[in-house]
Amino acid sequence: MTDTKTPAPAGQGTGAASAGAASVAPTGVRRFSGRWFGDLAIRYAMVIVMLLIIAFFLYRSARFGTPENLTTILIAAAPFALIALGQTLVILTGGIDLSVGSVIAVAAVYGSITAKAFPDNVWLAVVTGMVVGLIAGSINGFVVSVIKVPPFIATLGMLTAASGFAYVAGNGAPITGLPASFSSIANTQILGLTLPVILMIVGILGFAVIMRRTAYGMRVYAVGGNPVAAQIAGVKVGRTLFSVYAISGVLAGLSGVMLASRVTLGAPNLGQGYELDAIAAVVIGGASLLGGRGSIWGTALGLLLIQTLNNGLDILTVPAYWQDVIKGALIVTAVAVDVWSTKRRP
Amino acid sequence: MTNTQPSPHTGTTPAGDFILTATDIKKSFGGVHALKGASMTMRRGEITALIGDNGAGKSTMVRSLSGIHKPDSGEITLDGKTVSFDNPNAARNHGIETVQQNLALVEDLTVWQNFFLGREKTHGFGPFRTLDRRVMRSTAEGMLKDLAVNVPPVSSKVRRLSGGQRQAVAIARAAGWGSKIVIMDEPTAALGVQETARVEGVINTLRDSGVAVLLISHNFDQVMRLSDHIWVMRAGTAVAERRTSETNGAELVALITGAKAS
Repeated sequence: MTDTKTPAPAGQGTGAASAGAASVAPTGVRRFSGRWFGDLAIRYAMVIVMLLIIAFFLYRSARFGTPENLTTILIAAAPFALIALGQTLVILTGGIDLSVGSVIAVAAVYGSITAKAFPDNVWLAVVTGMVVGLIAGSINGFVVSVIKVPPFIATLGMLTAASGFAYVAGNGAPITGLPASFSSIANTQILGLTLPVILMIVGILGFAVIMRRTAYGMRVYAVGGNPVAAQIAGVKVGRTLFSVYAISGVLAGLSGVMLASRVTLGAPNLGQGYELDAIAAVVIGGASLLGGRGSIWGTALGLLLIQTLNNGLDILTVPAYWQDVIKGALIVTAVAVDVWSTKRRP
Repeated sequence: MTNTQPSPHTGTTPAGDFILTATDIKKSFGGVHALKGASMTMRRGEITALIGDNGAGKSTMVRSLSGIHKPDSGEITLDGKTVSFDNPNAARNHGIETVQQNLALVEDLTVWQNFFLGREKTHGFGPFRTLDRRVMRSTAEGMLKDLAVNVPPVSSKVRRLSGGQRQAVAIARAAGWGSKIVIMDEPTAALGVQETARVEGVINTLRDSGVAVLLISHNFDQVMRLSDHIWVMRAGTAVAERRTSETNGAELVALITGAKAS
């Protein structure tokens, strides 16, 4: 990391060294078949892309590799991380939750209203945001699992409705004049990291354990992979479906309050469009939109990839519109690689 | 099991030798009468075949026995006791396991995860229960070995297994829960010649271990090869039963089509 503070020529050296290492790798595994190496490259394609992107930014910018910038990336990633975790669970069941961005907004507004009313008990604002998220998520879950409306439609409806609620709650205006105690939530530092970043790290670790090590996690995969088989095996498919939307809602609610606290504003347009970045993170992380395939670690990687890209392109002052073009191309490429590698598997 | 009377296998079998009897089972879906009062029996330690043309009601019968459908009326007795299943788990708790026609395995899960899906072994307390993967892996390995299945590694994803291996896994899963009855719906329909032979070997091993097997098959050769007793269904009822040793393919075809009255 400190290397990057040295002038450009040394940075070029780093680039050359990593390129050298990459060209050495194939010869090192020559005793394995080319196919084996190909499979390995596919499996870790995203890691490789990530490393290449990081190397590029390190080479082009001295500022990119600083600890301050790393913190910036993590803080920017935090609100997306919570909704991307929920989104991972939903996508693993073969569904999708388009409403998380709007749920962030409505939770932010109601959280802010609560904080204004009870400035001495700001934890109430956090609880309010999570409850608002739980209600929205539960409605999604009910509509999907009981009424059996396709998830895309159900959560599209919630996207619109929740966004409307966010404006209704604040009479069309952002909630301003929030107490300092509220803005201090997101700025609370633990071990040098702010609370949203801590929540992101705990969330990723927690959900990684849940998805890999608990019966619940296994059942989520099963419901997405083969709902009929899961049903026959005795898994309560409807209840599992309901739960992933409820969890996604709660996490979006929490994310909304944290975001409002960070910007000290209960704006009804907070979180707008966030669902797309969250879905992108999950898909880049290797999850199949058909369900059953994907992982929390993949999502974490996809999330960091997008955030690193955002950050690096900002530092290089790439115009925002071009950034969107690059991100869009990346998402399609990631899925294309995934489809291609799935076909290649035996 | 304990009240089994030692009795010779004659034409008239005492009721105690029936592990399962289904009497006058009726089931309709909307206006379609899939089962119009079908009755059948299964004997201990035997492979009972259920045959019939498409739409004869075989699948509905099987699903009624395995708890997927709840019959509109009729009585099912298991070991002499009347039973009623609200869902597949209820049937399973009574010792009736089913191997589905469409291989009810989750391809994205591993072999051992499929074995234990819906009845996972965990350790820890309350919300902090985690999967006991070591125990589940070794149990699944043991269950596969018991049936002399050409064992795929239990940690491999089902997606990577061949059709025969998948079917063997499905059968081993069904057999491995101390079950009294294993129902198999077209167990070899999707398999090649060699894999079919292997799966038939597994089914024989299962019978020899004392499990009653209900076999649904369109393959007459297979029915003649494997089964001890045959029930024929036609138009929603069971129209005839035969000892396999006392019948032949021509008679079965006649019974299925209705060319020969039972």
